[in-house]
Amino acid sequence: MSQKLEKLIDKKGLRLDGRKPEELRSIKIEVGILSNADGSAYIQQGKNRILAAVYGPRELHPKHLARPDRTVLRCRYHMAPFSVQERKSPAPSRRDIELSKVIREALEPSVFIEYYPRTGIDVFVEILQADGGTRCASITAASLALADAGIPMRDLVAACAAGKVDDTIVLDLMDTEDKKGVADVPVALMPNVDVITLLQMDGILTFDEFEKAVNLALEGCRKIYQMQKEALKTKYVSVNEVEE
Amino acid sequence: MPTFFERRQLVVPGDLLAEGEYVAGENAYKEDNKIYASRLGLVEYEDKNVNVVALRAFYIPRLGDTVIGTIVEVGFNGWMVDIKSPYLAILRASDVLSRSFSPQKNELSKVLDAGDLVIAKIIAYDRAHNPQLTVGEPGLGKITRGQIVKVTPTKIPRLIGRKGSMISMIKQETGCHIIIGHNGIILITGKSLEDEQLAMIAIHKIEDESHTSGLTDRITQMIKKEKAKQKEELENESKT
Repeated sequence: MSQKLEKLIDKKGLRLDGRKPEELRSIKIEVGILSNADGSAYIQQGKNRILAAVYGPRELHPKHLARPDRTVLRCRYHMAPFSVQERKSPAPSRRDIELSKVIREALEPSVFIEYYPRTGIDVFVEILQADGGTRCASITAASLALADAGIPMRDLVAACAAGKVDDTIVLDLMDTEDKKGVADVPVALMPNVDVITLLQMDGILTFDEFEKAVNLALEGCRKIYQMQKEALKTKYVSVNEVEE
Repeated sequence: MPTFFERRQLVVPGDLLAEGEYVAGENAYKEDNKIYASRLGLVEYEDKNVNVVALRAFYIPRLGDTVIGTIVEVGFNGWMVDIKSPYLAILRASDVLSRSFSPQKNELSKVLDAGDLVIAKIIAYDRAHNPQLTVGEPGLGKITRGQIVKVTPTKIPRLIGRKGSMISMIKQETGCHIIIGHNGIILITGKSLEDEQLAMIAIHKIEDESHTSGLTDRITQMIKKEKAKQKEELENESKT
């Protein structure tokens, strides 16, 4: 029980990694780093390291999955065996399958799926190193990869989690906080059209705490959105410079 | 009715472009009287039309386009052709063989086999059916020689230039015959490999600098310089 007593937030109100409660982890995003994929993105969020690749729209196989009125968006979330402390089996687990679905449903509202009927878009998300909040970071990266692939979209999707650790509502939980904390609320947002595309909760929160957590997470999403935009534009900065 | 951008500004999907009585043009959409970008690109507007010139896009077939594709499948009644678009194109056997043919006797793979490249024109396409091709016009058909260059399909208009000014200049300067597929695949056939390479360099330069002004002049200069260089090398070789 000694572990239970370990404080996740110290007397100064700082977290295990020295962050303030409303502080994001350091984020680095790169777009278009895989030449074989139609679109790709890489994100580092704290110790998370995630690659996202997009293929398509293209002829869908197996063909019976094709819809006559829209594109089929498929998503695969996969953790590398070396991405966590204890080797993870590379076969898709229950959790992987659920996260694939959650990521797909978070991205689907942002894509104009009705533009290219009878085709498929494949999104591959590879977790190279995991440290909590991978589903959110995956959505952030996958959305950029879609934009990089030139797929028409309503908006980018930015995602971020908030939660309760000890007695404080905090932003962007890392692995230990997620496991030992009280609750975790991942949120995905399309910032310009103001639509939430993912909202989950794991743990117990009062209604007030939940509201506070969601609002904090939304704020985090908006901050991440700015970084997404920056990353996407950086790739084409050279184009702009030549122009001037 | 405000607009929220400057001409040729770089925008990302979801960026608010304008509000009020504007019309969403290419790569833009309208919702609640607001215009947003739907692709990464540069904004332009003409009257009430707000367009985004996409920097990243793929080829969507259009009626009458000339395309260059690869045969990927030989069927009983025709071929499936990869034209680098979300949809595979169909080339019917009856279109290629002007005589009557029977699927039992005729070996279609003897005419065109998987891996062959063809220049074709799109004669039918809608969202419910795959595009259909024809090779029944002069200049179309199987490619037997030359060099293939691939560029992003959105850059094709720049490559052609105003009323074909850019491409005719390259043709003239390099002495190559160039066929541009609207799907971003270009065929260059010239007298020598050097000529073809020169045209290839020029096309890649246009792709990289497609957003700059005065590009045609700079490309002309570049080709002339490269030509002089080649000549010099040739002379040096003949001396030794």
